[in-house]
Amino acid sequence: MTGDHSVVLIPVIFFTAALLVPLCRRGSRRWPYWVALVSSLLGVAASGEALWRTLSTGEAIHYHLAGWRPPMGIELIADPLSAFFCLLITVVTVFVLWHGRSLVESETPGKAVPFYSCVMLLLGGLSGILLTGDLFNLYVFLEISSIAGYALVAIGDKRAPVASFRYLILGTIGASLYLLGVGFLFMTVGSLNMGDIASVLQTRAMSPVEISALLLIVLGIGVKMALFPLHGWLVDAYTHASSTATSLIAPIGTKVAAYVLIRALFYLFDTDLVREGIPVMNALAVMGAVGMLWGGVLAMAQTDLKRMLAFSSVGHVGYIALGIGLASPLGFIAAVLHTLNHSVMKAVLFLICGSLRQKLGDNALDSMNNSLRLRMPWTMAAFTLAAISMIGLPPTAGFFSKWYLVLGSLEQGKWHWVIVIVLSSLFSVVYFFRVLERVYLRPQEGAEEEPAPARDESRPSMLAPVLILSASLLLLGLGNVMIVNHLIRPMLPAGF
Amino acid sequence: MPENWIAHAPFLAVLVSLAATPLILLASRRPNLREFWTLLAAAVKFGLVLSLLPAVRAGGTVEQTLLTLAPGISLGFRVDAFGLYFALIASGLWILTSFYSIGYMRGNSEEKQTRYFASFAVSLSATIGIAFAGNLLTFILFYELLTLATYPLVIHKENREAIRAGRQYLAFALSAGLLLVVGSAWIYAQTGSLEFEAGGMLSGGDHPAGMMRVVFMMFLAGVGVKSGIMPLHSWLPAAMVAPTPVSALLHAVAVVKSGVFGVIRMVGFVFGPEAMGAYGLNLVLAVFAGVTVILASLIAFQQTNLKKRLAYSTVAHLSYVALGAALLTQAGFTGAILHISAHATMKITLFFCAGAIYVHTHKSEIGELDGIGRSMPWTMGAFIIGSLGLAGLPPINGFLSKWFLLQGSLDAGLLAAMGVFLLSGLLNAAYFFPIIMRAFFRPSPAGEKPFGEASPFMVVPLCLTAFLSVALFLFPNLFVNLYDLAGLAVSGITGGEGTP
Repeated sequence: MTGDHSVVLIPVIFFTAALLVPLCRRGSRRWPYWVALVSSLLGVAASGEALWRTLSTGEAIHYHLAGWRPPMGIELIADPLSAFFCLLITVVTVFVLWHGRSLVESETPGKAVPFYSCVMLLLGGLSGILLTGDLFNLYVFLEISSIAGYALVAIGDKRAPVASFRYLILGTIGASLYLLGVGFLFMTVGSLNMGDIASVLQTRAMSPVEISALLLIVLGIGVKMALFPLHGWLVDAYTHASSTATSLIAPIGTKVAAYVLIRALFYLFDTDLVREGIPVMNALAVMGAVGMLWGGVLAMAQTDLKRMLAFSSVGHVGYIALGIGLASPLGFIAAVLHTLNHSVMKAVLFLICGSLRQKLGDNALDSMNNSLRLRMPWTMAAFTLAAISMIGLPPTAGFFSKWYLVLGSLEQGKWHWVIVIVLSSLFSVVYFFRVLERVYLRPQEGAEEEPAPARDESRPSMLAPVLILSASLLLLGLGNVMIVNHLIRPMLPAGF
Repeated sequence: MPENWIAHAPFLAVLVSLAATPLILLASRRPNLREFWTLLAAAVKFGLVLSLLPAVRAGGTVEQTLLTLAPGISLGFRVDAFGLYFALIASGLWILTSFYSIGYMRGNSEEKQTRYFASFAVSLSATIGIAFAGNLLTFILFYELLTLATYPLVIHKENREAIRAGRQYLAFALSAGLLLVVGSAWIYAQTGSLEFEAGGMLSGGDHPAGMMRVVFMMFLAGVGVKSGIMPLHSWLPAAMVAPTPVSALLHAVAVVKSGVFGVIRMVGFVFGPEAMGAYGLNLVLAVFAGVTVILASLIAFQQTNLKKRLAYSTVAHLSYVALGAALLTQAGFTGAILHISAHATMKITLFFCAGAIYVHTHKSEIGELDGIGRSMPWTMGAFIIGSLGLAGLPPINGFLSKWFLLQGSLDAGLLAAMGVFLLSGLLNAAYFFPIIMRAFFRPSPAGEKPFGEASPFMVVPLCLTAFLSVALFLFPNLFVNLYDLAGLAVSGITGGEGTP
């Protein structure tokens, strides 16, 4: 029985949990946390099961909501691509929640119930986006996850409401553009079901209305993905949200938008036309490349660790966009692999931001000095490993997505992208070693009088997820061929 | 059982010192235990490397594939004569350095020693990995690891100057690593493989000439940082702030030799002599290397600090190897490869001497060395051997490699290269001579009593390396068949009959 329903279970688990959290607060102070954590674990199990089933049978799992057949009813589809993204976001959520237990209480006292409720709502929305096979339904889930996201960002420091408001405005514009695009498509094709639309669009030339629809969808999702120059909301939102909220939204939020982009460009529209007829792929690649440089340059100029990481996210979204923009199997592999790698890396780094904030009170680079290497040696080791992976040195995960990206660019003779990749890697060397230099080398002020600081590592429940995730960067790196061959290659759209 | 051993020996040899690192870190409060782990790892590593000798001497290679790194590219080791040659030198000298460092650390209260010895062990792992790497991606992997492992050694003092040197080192080395990655990606796109091939993986193919030159420059910059080719050399003198055992092994043998090892891999195994000549790439390399030899020797004159003078001398001698490889002749390659071991034994002797003097008398400036030869005759005797060898005089192994290098320049018809070697020999003699003269012919400063030799832990290793320098001239095949291995490597690269 569960076999048939596991696909729909994923969003249902999260939406149920979102309701359960406020209900169960009468029980104990701890209950909201445990409900959220257990639901995420269930989500991991259901996504894992769906992924395993779709990979082993080689077919997508279709689930018709309430038994209504498409194109009338709404269809949920778990194919390797969507199931993989589901697994990714649920696993990251488990680690973030594990880490955040005490942090949520201490950073946003008294707001644990709305916080966990919003987290569950966000997850429900995101998993819905990933699984749905219906364009309008996707919009609905997009709005659910966005609203949850605005709320999560707003539960932050003093300036968080402003950042959240800006996020809300830009996010709403993005969603509206997307909706407009979907409306255009519905007008000419007469269906909202993705499979239906694809079967119509791929047999005939696209009309100008449909091309406008494509552009509107790309633009709208580009805002959600924080694609340069549509990234204006991201940095403030990431900086001012609470540590746990940032470490949740940063690794998975933009990635789900990237998924929608991949879904639309490679599965919905005629791939050949998108590749050659109109320069949308080139435009994406250019936006990605400029974003890589822009994010890197601004990251170097930041004085706050969280803000620096936020700019670095802008850059790394650019990597994904560049991979998509190459429109080749290698580019596709690079984009999906980098989505995975970057989620894990950013999760580690933002979680460490949380750990540091608990000890130091803030994330200002100025408050970091070499006492940290004695106080929190393990956390700092994890940070170093994640930084090395962000820079992209072998054999960490970050190297390999860049390797595929470089190969993909060279395959098409596009040396300019290679130069951009090299430059952006050099920028990341600079901004990460700025931090590492402080953590390992900068003496404390007045160090002569003070005795050497004692070991003051963060508690095990915060250290363990950080260490596991950062160690997995090595595994992801060394196992990248397995991931590519068994996970990503089955995702490649039929045109490749 | 023995065959099994051999098949796994490459990876184990790489792993040994990496595995020793946590033990070294854990023993940070107990220096003796920590030194014991270092010594044990060094001995095991040398044994493992040595176990590969019979198979390779017979003309074979030992291959081991661990896992697939990227489609079509494995994390794989392929031990050929050249790789084994380098690994033998690095791991063999690590044993001597470990003994020496016991004496050094007991005589001198250096700070943060644990970090040193840990970085030291990781660097050795990376070095052996570089020596045994079977393809470019594996090579790059260990090359980057070496960059990271040596960073803590460069910033040792943690003062403003050291941190600046560290920044510069990272900026150079990591940019260089990226260039290597891009160059390799291009080669992979062209040939579909990254396996090293004696004679060059790019030879024989028809490749666009412009791209070949661009990619060659990428590779040259890539390996040029660690091999100190000007203008990428400046991190090396700055890194002399590290304690002397580190300078001795890493900045005279392991790290910098990984750089020139990379140069020969690039010339002989990636581009190949044929393609190098056809596209005129060897001249580019020769010009950079030749200029480096002369300029670095001249700068060495100006240095008043003993270790700094040795460092610039190292820069010059590294480019001997590069220049020898650029000659593309059999004798040139032989000289280049032999100079790797010759310079290793001679320069490590000199660094050991500098360290012994520093620990025992706290003298580090050349001006303070008046009359020291009478107090420390063994140390300064070894110093004479090392410096005469670097100047290229018999009966020291530096003469042997220089002989081949000169013959190689004649064969290649490059008289300019010959001039560079000869002039550099004179310069070497000129900047080492004042040190020897001060040590033996100047009177000691007034009021200073003879203070005798440093601890035997230091004097014995430095006498041994000096002895090795002489012995390897008289019997080039002594102990570990270095000469035969060099011959095998050269015949692989040039397709000829072995050493001339």
